[in-house]
Amino acid sequence: MVPMIIFGLSSLVTLGAALAVVTNKNILHSAFYLVLSFVGVASIYVLLEAPFIAVVQVLVYIGAIAILIVFAIMLTRRLYSEDLIQRNAQWIWSALGAAVFFLVLGWIVYSANWPVVQQAVPEDTITLLGQDLLSTYVVPFEIASVLLLAALVGAILIGRERE
Amino acid sequence: MADLINLIENWIKNLLLSWDVSESVVQLTLQALGSVLVVIICFVIVIVLIWVERKLAGRIQDRFGPNRAGPYGIFQSFADIIKIFTKEYITPSGAEKGLFNIAPVMAMASVLAIWAVFPFAINVIGADVHVGVLYVVAVGAFGILAILMAGWSSNNRYALLGASRSVAMLISYEIPMVVSLLVPVVLAHSMKLSTIVEAQIPWYIFLAPLSALVFTISSMAEIGKAPFDLLEAESELVAGYHTEYSGMKFGMFYVAEFLHQFTVGALITIFFLGGWTGPLAVRWPILGVVYFYGKSLFIYLVISWIRLSLPRIRIDAMLNLNWRFLIPVSFINLVAVAIADRVMMEFDLARWIYVLVMFFINIIILWAALIIAEKNEKSVEREKFPTRPVAVPPGTESK
Repeated sequence: MVPMIIFGLSSLVTLGAALAVVTNKNILHSAFYLVLSFVGVASIYVLLEAPFIAVVQVLVYIGAIAILIVFAIMLTRRLYSEDLIQRNAQWIWSALGAAVFFLVLGWIVYSANWPVVQQAVPEDTITLLGQDLLSTYVVPFEIASVLLLAALVGAILIGRERE
Repeated sequence: MADLINLIENWIKNLLLSWDVSESVVQLTLQALGSVLVVIICFVIVIVLIWVERKLAGRIQDRFGPNRAGPYGIFQSFADIIKIFTKEYITPSGAEKGLFNIAPVMAMASVLAIWAVFPFAINVIGADVHVGVLYVVAVGAFGILAILMAGWSSNNRYALLGASRSVAMLISYEIPMVVSLLVPVVLAHSMKLSTIVEAQIPWYIFLAPLSALVFTISSMAEIGKAPFDLLEAESELVAGYHTEYSGMKFGMFYVAEFLHQFTVGALITIFFLGGWTGPLAVRWPILGVVYFYGKSLFIYLVISWIRLSLPRIRIDAMLNLNWRFLIPVSFINLVAVAIADRVMMEFDLARWIYVLVMFFINIIILWAALIIAEKNEKSVEREKFPTRPVAVPPGTESK
């Protein structure tokens, strides 16, 4: 009973905040609503007994990405004015595209054959995750690391002041 | 009697169960009671600590400190609390009311939330999550967000500038803090705080003194008080992100700062000083709680002592200390400790050899880093940032 209530509340928060992100006129408010939405998603991960994903969600999305977004908005002049135009002539096509994408996603989620495990979720998932990442999936893991490192170096190179 | 906390817990549980309250509601009630208790203890400690720190500051800086309200000024904090509660809330015109009011609450909550995972004794743990270390790091993000909120919603350029200044420093000092936290994780082979505490034979400050040092320095920067208070140096620039706050809203930032310092003391205790462990702590868990708070208090006072003895750090020195010293040193230390741990696990060596090797790895890295840093400082910094003494003896002024 209690998990169901918590699930209802967190999905309400997630969806409500996400709606506020796209409808809000003030872009900085949108950024803070995005944070609220991330919190909702993190609490759903906790309910799914995936504490590692939940904590990483908070750490990466709130601790890094949200702060970066807020910083960028704060330092850009006149971006958070009230008379911001929220849509242009193409809004109907993008709405259509988004609706189709949502339907496809919904259909996939609904029709997919989700594997169900009978036994309980192991208590210590993070150790298993670490062992898998560094044995079975070591190549994809390392490739992802190198890719991120390359992106980091590239970002610094682009952002560097020209001599 | 020895296991006082669980005794009370069981008593309340049985009492509620005898009143025909359902199991899950009882569980919820107990958890709520526990968290309220932890928060109240935090606040009471902070009230006392503010007085202790002000008195200590007076002692170190050769003055009296608070000495009017009650013997030795012991009621000064209570007088301050009453004053701050009765003060007027001023919201600047054009401020974002919602964000302006949420920010101090969030600053406080981000510090308090860390206490949820602390092991207070062998069987007194709030939430013994497997990702404890990551949780501690992740929750801190809300504090940074609160600073951004406060700075932006005040509708004051000085507050906004102060916020971006603070956040820039907090984010950069988070890197060495997190990396040095990973060393105890490597040593204990776990991210669970209770396992890290129980694995500490001997305390990790002897196995990883360098990480303890880096963690202490970078957490002191995270607290944002002296010597890292260049962000809100009252005498040099307008007070930083909380310029526009008054009354209890300012008080919440203030208390959050003190509480953060005590929390850092608790974190150092857990990761490097063995947490609740101590003589007889396993048999009498209540002793573990006492040890935990005692050690945290001791670290708190040591940090205060360092803070009160050092002058404010200059901004270029602050950046150099982080990017040129703490970050490389903590990364090299982490890699060295991880490799040494793996190799020694293969050979199955005695515990004392393991401890000695770890200790010497840390010391050698620190020693090498200090030599390199000194060389760099001599060759580069002197040309780039020449010292400009304000008072020069007559006849020696340079043109």
